[in-house]
Amino acid sequence: MTSSMPVPAARAGSAAPTRLPTQRDGSGGRPRVRRGRRANLWTTAVLGIVVAVLAYAPFAVYTSITDDLVTLFILVTMASMWNLLAGYAGLVSIGQQAYIGLGAYAVLQFSDWGVQPYVGVIVAAAACAVIAVPTSLLAFRLRGDYFAVGTWVIAEVYHLLVERDASLGGGSGRSLTTLSGIDASVREALTYWIALGVTVLTVAGCYLLLRSRLGLALTAIRDDETAARSVGVSVSLAKRLVYLVSAAGCGAAGGLLIVSSLNVQPDAIFSVQWSAYMIFIVIIGGLGYMEGPILGAIVFFALQQSLSSYGVWYLVLIGAIAMASVLWLPRGLWGAVAARTDVRLFPVGYVVHTPTLRQRVAGRIAPAPTPAIAPATAPDDAGEPGDASGPDADRSTA
Amino acid sequence: MTWVNAIVQGILLGGLYALFACGLSLMFGVMRIVNLAHGDLAVLAAFLAYSVMSATPLGAFWAVVVVVPVFAAFGYGLQRGLFQRSLAISPLSTLLVTFGLSVVIQNLLLQIYSADTRALDIGSLVSEGLRINANISLSYLALITFGLAIVVIVALQVFLSRSRTGRIMRAASDDQEAATLVGADSRHVYAVATAIAFATVALAGLMFAMRSSFDPSMGPSRLIFAFEAVVIGGLGSLWGTLLGGMVLGLAQTLGAQLDPTLLLLSGHIIFLAVLAFRPQGLIPARRLA
Repeated sequence: MTSSMPVPAARAGSAAPTRLPTQRDGSGGRPRVRRGRRANLWTTAVLGIVVAVLAYAPFAVYTSITDDLVTLFILVTMASMWNLLAGYAGLVSIGQQAYIGLGAYAVLQFSDWGVQPYVGVIVAAAACAVIAVPTSLLAFRLRGDYFAVGTWVIAEVYHLLVERDASLGGGSGRSLTTLSGIDASVREALTYWIALGVTVLTVAGCYLLLRSRLGLALTAIRDDETAARSVGVSVSLAKRLVYLVSAAGCGAAGGLLIVSSLNVQPDAIFSVQWSAYMIFIVIIGGLGYMEGPILGAIVFFALQQSLSSYGVWYLVLIGAIAMASVLWLPRGLWGAVAARTDVRLFPVGYVVHTPTLRQRVAGRIAPAPTPAIAPATAPDDAGEPGDASGPDADRSTA
Repeated sequence: MTWVNAIVQGILLGGLYALFACGLSLMFGVMRIVNLAHGDLAVLAAFLAYSVMSATPLGAFWAVVVVVPVFAAFGYGLQRGLFQRSLAISPLSTLLVTFGLSVVIQNLLLQIYSADTRALDIGSLVSEGLRINANISLSYLALITFGLAIVVIVALQVFLSRSRTGRIMRAASDDQEAATLVGADSRHVYAVATAIAFATVALAGLMFAMRSSFDPSMGPSRLIFAFEAVVIGGLGSLWGTLLGGMVLGLAQTLGAQLDPTLLLLSGHIIFLAVLAFRPQGLIPARRLA
C-alpha cells in the first residue's frame, strides 16, 4: 500500500550506524526476515524486570501506592482490550462498559454461589465471553458509527436488566462480603497480585494473539478490510473472536474493580465513563499499537492523580487532549515514537534486514537485488514509514 | 382509559424526541457525522438559558430567542474549525472528536454548575393543559413542543427540497467531490447544516428543560433517545425520524404504564427489535429528503 512512500531522511540516516553491529554475523549478505531486533531483546528484558519489581511492590511500599497501581493495571487492561477492538478489528465500541459491569456483577453472583471472588474474576471473564456471543449477533448488524452507539444502547439494556435484579442490590448496588474474612493487608496484597496477573495475562495474550495467524488476519483487516477479504481472510470470524476476547478482558477488569473496591453500584459500574477512559487512553497512547494503551494509561493516570484536587478538570483536559490528538497526532504518542525509532516493546510485525553494501563487500557476495524478500505480511499502514529505498532498509509491519 | 392517555402522551413525547433527533438525522444525512455530543449540547443549551434567565429579567421565551441563534453560530464555527478537519482524516476520527467534545462539555458543566438539578421556570404553562375528560389531559407545553417538531421538520424538508442552499446540501451529501467540482462550497454548506442541527438541538434541549428538570450528567441518555428515534425511523429520513420519535415515545409510555421502572428498558427493547428485524428502519430513505 505504501511501498512507494519515501522514508524521512533523518530516520534512514540515524538507523544505519545502529544496525551495523547486528549484522556482523556469518549469515553473509542475504536478507533475512525476522521479528525481533537487538533493541527488542533489551526491551523484553526491561519489561521482565518491571513486572518482577511490580510483583515485589506489596512487600516494599504502602498500600496507598499499591491501590493506585491496581487502578493503573485496570486501566491498562481495559484500554488494551479497546485497542484490540478498535485498533485491529476496526470495531469502535462505546459499549464495553457492558462487560465491565457484567464482570463485576458476575463476581458478586458467583460469590453468592460459593465461588471465591479471586477465582470469580477469571470465571467472570469467561462468563462475559459467553454473553458476548449472542450480543455480537445483534451488534454486528450495525456498521461504523452506528455500531458505536448501538453497543452503547446494549450496555444500557444490560445495566437496566441488572438493576431489576433485587438479589443483586437493585438500583443501589451491593457490597462484596465474602472477602471480609481475609486480613486487610493480605487482601490488598492478593488483590494487587491478581490485578497484576490479569494485566500481564491480558497484555501477553494480546501479544500472542497478534503474533498468531489471527493477528496477521487482523493486521490485514486493519489496513484494508476489502483487500483482506479478497485474499481469503475470514473477516467476520476474526472480528467476532476479537469481540469475545475483548469482552472477556473487560469482564476481568470489572471483576478487578469489585474485588478492589468491595462494592458495586450499577450506575457507576455501567457508566459510559469507562468507555471514555478506554478511548482517551488509547487515542493518546496510540491506536493500533500494543504499546499505546500502556503509555496512554500512564499519561492518563498521571494527569488524573496530579489534577485530582481540581474536581473533574482532568477529564476536561484529557478530553481536549484526546480531541487534539485525533486531529494532529492520529497515531498517538507511541505512533510518534515508532515513526522515529526502532524501539518496539512488542514486535508483532516482520522486519526484513538487508545487509549494507559494506557487509556485502566484506562477505565477498555479489550485490543482491535490493528489493529482496518481500515480507509475507499485510501492507503497512500509512502512519509508519515502513519502506526505505536505502540498502540497509528495514521493511516492517507494525 | 389510562391506556388511551398513555398512547396520547406517548405520541406527544415522540414529538419532543423527533424535534431532538432531527439535528442528529440532518448531520448524519449530510456529512455522515454521528454527533456524540448531541445530548450534551442540548443540556448545554438548557444551562445557557438558565443562566440567561437568572442573570437578566428575560423570560423563557426570550431565552429561547437568545440561545437558539447563539447555538447556530456555535455550530457553524465548530464545523468549520473542528469537524471539517476531522472529516478530512477519517470518519472514525470524527466520531472520536465528537465523543471528546461530549465529555468536555459534560464535565465543564459539572465544574461550573455543579451536579445539582435545575429547572427552567415557565410559570403556569408547565401545569396547564386541555382537559379532554377525567383521564386525558394534554399539556399546552407538550402540544407546543409537538407543533414545533412538525414545523421544524416541514421547514427542513422545504429547505432541503426547494432552496438553493438545500439543493447544494443534497448534492454535497450525495457526492461531495462532484459537488465541489461543479462549484459548490461544500465546507460552507456543511457548516450551514451543522448550524441548523445545533439550532434544533438547542430548541429541543430547551423544550426538554421546560418539561422536566436537568443536570449535567443527562446528555448521554438524551443522545441515546435521539439516536434510537433516528434508527427506528430509518437513517437519513426526516419523516422517518418523526415516526421513530413517536414509536419510541409510545414504547416508553406504554412500558411505563405496565410498570413504571420499564420506561427506559421498553424503549431500548423496541430499538433493538427494529435493529434485529428491520435494520433499515421503518421508513428507509433513499437519499436525504
